[in-house]
Amino acid sequence: MTVMEFESILKIAVPVAAYILFAPLLGGLLAGIDRKITARMQGRFGPPVLQPFYDVLKLLEKEAITVNSSQDFFVGCSLLFMIVTGCLFFAGLSLLLFIFALTTASMFLVAAAYSSNSPYAQIGAERELLQMMAYEPMVLIAAISLYIVKDMTFNIGDMVSSGVPAVILLPGVFLGFLYILTIKFRKSPFDLSMSHHAHQELVKGLTTEFSGKTLAMLEVAHWYENVFLLGFVFLFFANGTLAMAVVGVVVCLLAYFLEVFIDNVNARMKWQFALNSAWIVALTFGAANMLIVYYRLFGGGV
Amino acid sequence: MSYVTKSPWVIHYDGSSCNGCDIEVLACLTPMYDVERFGIINTGNPKHADIFLVTGSVNEQNIPVIKQIYEQMPRPKVVVAIGICATSGGIFKECYNIMGGVDTVIPVDVYVPGCAARPEAIIDGVVKGLGVLAEKRAKLPAEIAEEKRQASEDAFGAGAAAETSAPETSGPETSGPETSGKEED
Ligand code: SF4
Repeated sequence: MTVMEFESILKIAVPVAAYILFAPLLGGLLAGIDRKITARMQGRFGPPVLQPFYDVLKLLEKEAITVNSSQDFFVGCSLLFMIVTGCLFFAGLSLLLFIFALTTASMFLVAAAYSSNSPYAQIGAERELLQMMAYEPMVLIAAISLYIVKDMTFNIGDMVSSGVPAVILLPGVFLGFLYILTIKFRKSPFDLSMSHHAHQELVKGLTTEFSGKTLAMLEVAHWYENVFLLGFVFLFFANGTLAMAVVGVVVCLLAYFLEVFIDNVNARMKWQFALNSAWIVALTFGAANMLIVYYRLFGGGV
Repeated sequence: MSYVTKSPWVIHYDGSSCNGCDIEVLACLTPMYDVERFGIINTGNPKHADIFLVTGSVNEQNIPVIKQIYEQMPRPKVVVAIGICATSGGIFKECYNIMGGVDTVIPVDVYVPGCAARPEAIIDGVVKGLGVLAEKRAKLPAEIAEEKRQASEDAFGAGAAAETSAPETSGPETSGPETSGKEED
């Protein structure tokens, strides 16, 4: 009995520890590869692949300047909840809980930006809220669709180890999720609230008032986030077999490359476009696919 | 080793100029020169910047702008004056509204001469600035500690500060190597 208990704890503790340790390394490396690929697409040589790590280490060396005392707290909470979100995911717990934790992390970030009273940060925060409105329906549709095709379970651990790969039944939902992934990765044309590049329309939007360690925390949180978002993509392919796991990882990398490509061939759009298009995609691809799967399952039986 | 030199983020301000140097600075970011090779990123935000590139001379109206950008940058920070205008006022020096070079307003660390300064010279100037940045980074912890001490002294009021400042300043200096030596004895 105790051995069983110990085993079940180990089953959660090992992935969580691995995630906390390796996700920032993987996320930072992906960010570095992103910058290199972006540079090559623009005909430049580009920075070293380890550049994102240099940036964060540099930010840690800088003088700490904060505009108020709550700002660091909010950003710290955002990082914490990002880590918790990833832990929930890689421990194989509930997909719904994962989505709520992710939203909480984003809300803390918005609160941090609002707290600074800077007009740039506030417009950035408003746009971040609009972006959340844009992607949230599709994330929920993806979760519910996965619930339907994976034998009525929200448990991520069961999802990855059973049945047919979800993408076969949910191609529309998968495409819809790829669409909102552009928003989540903060890529053009949807990098409205904050951009990695030197667009200066909003200064740096959400992050305008953050400097030094605060900015470093934010950057690391983004690395954590990117890793579990790619994990979500993986969810569409996993069915417990090694072959599909390999396919899943390859598709994750391809999806990341696709986002970098989209980033480079698009100019920034207005928020209206982001909101409208994301909802239209969610409805046409996501909801329609979900309904088809639903009727296939229940309509035939009645 | 200091990571400041591996990831210098710049902010660029163009004062009273003919815009020649301004355009040369932007040329550094193009695929031709690609300063991102060295991790240099052009931020529009003083709070993210390590290096302040100023082109053009200083006139009465842009004094507060330059000062504000400089003050908003977190330390360690370096100022690079680009072009002869930013160095001394250049061709505009005699104008009625011109103060002169950037160093009439804020401390300048590196001067890049030229009219217009070539992108190669600008990159060279920034790389020179990195050396200064590393030096400043090394001194930063001591600087901040000193400021904290000063601030806490000020909090006690002027009279108390005058009394306590003498023993306090000698405190940290002697407590370093000497006390550890005593313990070994
Ligand atoms: S130094 Fe020459 S090129 Fe540069 S801003 Fe002054 S006048 Fe223009």
